[in-house]
Amino acid sequence: MSSADNNDVKTSDNIVIAAQGLTKSYDGVRVVDAINFDIARGEVFGLLGPNGAGKTTTILMMLGLTEISSGKVSVLGHDPARSPLRVKRKVGYLPDSVGFYDYLTASENLAYTAKLMGLRSAERTHRIAAALARVRLSDVADKRVATFSRGMRQRLGLAEIIVKQADIAILDEPTSGLDPQATLEFLNLIEELKAEGITILLSSHLLDQVQRVCDRVALFQSGRIVLMGAVADLARQVLGAGFVVEVEAEGTGLARRLATIPGVTNVEAVAADRFRMTAERDVRADAACAVVGANGSLRRLSVDEPSLEAIYARYFQDQIAPSGAARHAA
Amino acid sequence: MRREGSPFQGLGAVALKELADNLSSARMMVLELLIVLTALAALYGAIDSLRQNTAEDPFLLLRLFTVDRAPLPSFVAILGFLIPLMAIGLGFDAINSEHNRRTLSRILAQPIYRDALLMGKFLAGLATLAVSLAALWLMVIGLGLIFLGVPPGGEEIARSLAFLVIAVFYAGVWLSLAMLLSVVFRSPATAALVALGIWLFLTVLWPMLAPALAQVIAPPDPRYAMLGLDTPDTAIWAQTLARLSPNHLFGEAMLAVLSPTTRSLGPVFLDQLRGAVMGAPLPLGQSLLIAWPQTVSLIAGTIILFVAGYIVFQRQEVRA
Repeated sequence: MSSADNNDVKTSDNIVIAAQGLTKSYDGVRVVDAINFDIARGEVFGLLGPNGAGKTTTILMMLGLTEISSGKVSVLGHDPARSPLRVKRKVGYLPDSVGFYDYLTASENLAYTAKLMGLRSAERTHRIAAALARVRLSDVADKRVATFSRGMRQRLGLAEIIVKQADIAILDEPTSGLDPQATLEFLNLIEELKAEGITILLSSHLLDQVQRVCDRVALFQSGRIVLMGAVADLARQVLGAGFVVEVEAEGTGLARRLATIPGVTNVEAVAADRFRMTAERDVRADAACAVVGANGSLRRLSVDEPSLEAIYARYFQDQIAPSGAARHAA
Repeated sequence: MRREGSPFQGLGAVALKELADNLSSARMMVLELLIVLTALAALYGAIDSLRQNTAEDPFLLLRLFTVDRAPLPSFVAILGFLIPLMAIGLGFDAINSEHNRRTLSRILAQPIYRDALLMGKFLAGLATLAVSLAALWLMVIGLGLIFLGVPPGGEEIARSLAFLVIAVFYAGVWLSLAMLLSVVFRSPATAALVALGIWLFLTVLWPMLAPALAQVIAPPDPRYAMLGLDTPDTAIWAQTLARLSPNHLFGEAMLAVLSPTTRSLGPVFLDQLRGAVMGAPLPLGQSLLIAWPQTVSLIAGTIILFVAGYIVFQRQEVRA
C-alpha cells in the first residue's frame, strides 16, 4: 500500500515521519523491504507484526541508529542519517525491555540521560521531578532501579521521554510482559501523551492494545507493510464490513427497513424479534430511527466494533488459503 | 557524508558518570587494595634494603621504585604486573555490559554519537587509573620522606613524575585492549578471559618465546658463542620481538627514567662507550630521550587498539 492511499487525512505540513522505499538489508537479505508510510502530527500510529517482521529495524533507522540500505525517511523534516542529533533531540525512544543502571536510583538514571540531552542543572531537576510525578514514580524516585518491577521500569522509560519533552515518542513493545494492571496504567499514560498532541509510534504484537490507542496501524509481514490504515478502513478492506449491530425490537417489516440503511451490507433475522446487521460503520443511530419510523418498539441495541484480531486472522487466512489450494491442486 | 554536530557532545556527562562508577565500584576497590598492599610490601623491602646498603646516593628516592629485596620484586616490577590487571578490570565490560543491561539503545537514542560513549568510557577508565597511580606515587614519596628522612631533589621528582606519566600510558594500552574485547565479545566473562589470556601470554610466556624465536630467525654465530658473547643479529631480533610486549616496553622505559646511569636499552657497542664516564648519571633530558621510543610505542599501542575498538563499535548493531 502506498503512502498516497493514506493521505486523505494528512497534509504535507503536518506530516512528522515520512518513509519512502525504506529498505534495510543484512548480507543481501531484506529485513525491511521498501516500505512507505506517513505519520501525521498528533497521530498514534501502530506498527503491528510478529517478532522478526522488521518493526524494530524500522524504528532504529528512524533514529539513525542503524544505516539505511536504500530509500529514505524523514523525521520532523530531518534525515536521521545526516542529522541524527537533531532527530534524537526531539524523539523519545522506549526500547523493548528497556534497561537502566540498576545501581542508580530512578532520579539518577533520569539525571544521566538528561545530562546527555544537554539540560542545565535547574531545568533538569524540575523536569525530572515533574516527569516522575506524571508516571506516578515520585515516591520511589530515590530508590535503586534494581528494586523496580517491569511495569515501573517501563514507566520510568516513559518518564525519560517526558523529560526530553519529545515531539515524537517511539515505543517498542512497551506493554509486552506486563501484568494486566500495569498494562492498563501504561496504556492510560500513552493516551495522556496523545491528548497532549505528542505523536506516538507504537510497535507491538498485542493487537487489542494497539487497537485501543492507535488511530492508524500498519501491518508488517516479512519486512513489508501489507496493510495500513484506520481499523475501520482495514475492516472494510479485509472483512468486507467490520461492524456487527444487533437489534432486538418488535415491529413489522423491520428487516426490510434495516436493510435500506446506508452502509448496511447484510441483515440476518436471528429470531422473530432479533436482527443481526453487518455494516461498514456504526449504524446504531440509524437502526434506532428505522425501528421508531416503523412504529416498532426497540428493546436492545448493541454493536461489535471490528476487531484488529479478526482483521489480522482473516488477512493471513486469505494469504495462506490460495497457496494451500495451489499445493493441493499440485 | 559529513555528520551534524560534534562527536564529543555528551562526552563530559559520560566520562563523569563512568568515573564515579569506577571509583565507587567494589571491583575497583578490591583491585586498589590489592595493589596498595603489594606495593607497601615492596616498598618496605626497598626501604629496609636501602637503609642497610646505601651509604650515599644522589637518587635515593628513585631507588625506592627500583630496589627489590628477595623474595619481593621491586615496586616498579609489581606495577608492571598489576597495572594491566587493573586496566583489564576497568575495561572488559565497558560496552558489552551496556548491551547486556539493555541500556545501549536507550543511551544512544539521546542526542549523542557513539564516539562520545566510547571515548567517555575510555577517558574515565584512564582517569581512574591515573588517580590510583598518582595516589601510589604520593604514597612512595611520603613513605620515602618518613622512613629515609631525605627530602627528594628536583630531578628525582621530575623523574618520578615521568614514571607516573609512562605508567598511565602503559595502563592505556591494556585499557584499550580490554575495551576492544568488550566491543567484540558480548559476554563480559569471555572478554575478561581473553584479556587475561593475552596479558599472561605477553607478560609470562612472550619473554621466554622471544629469544627462542630470535634464534630461529637469526641463528647464533658459533664464533660469538665461543667467546661467550651474544650474536648481535640474534640479540637485536630477541630485543625487537620482546618489545612487542607492552610489559617489556614499560620495563625498559622505567629503567631509563628511574635509573639515571642507564645509557642504552639495547646491545652496547664499543664506539657508543667512547668518551663515556661509566657510572655517571645522565641528565634527565638524555634519559627521557632513551625512554622516548618505548613511551611512543605505548602511546601508539593505546591509539591503535582504541581505534580498532572504535571501528568495530561503529559498525556494530545497537539492538540488544
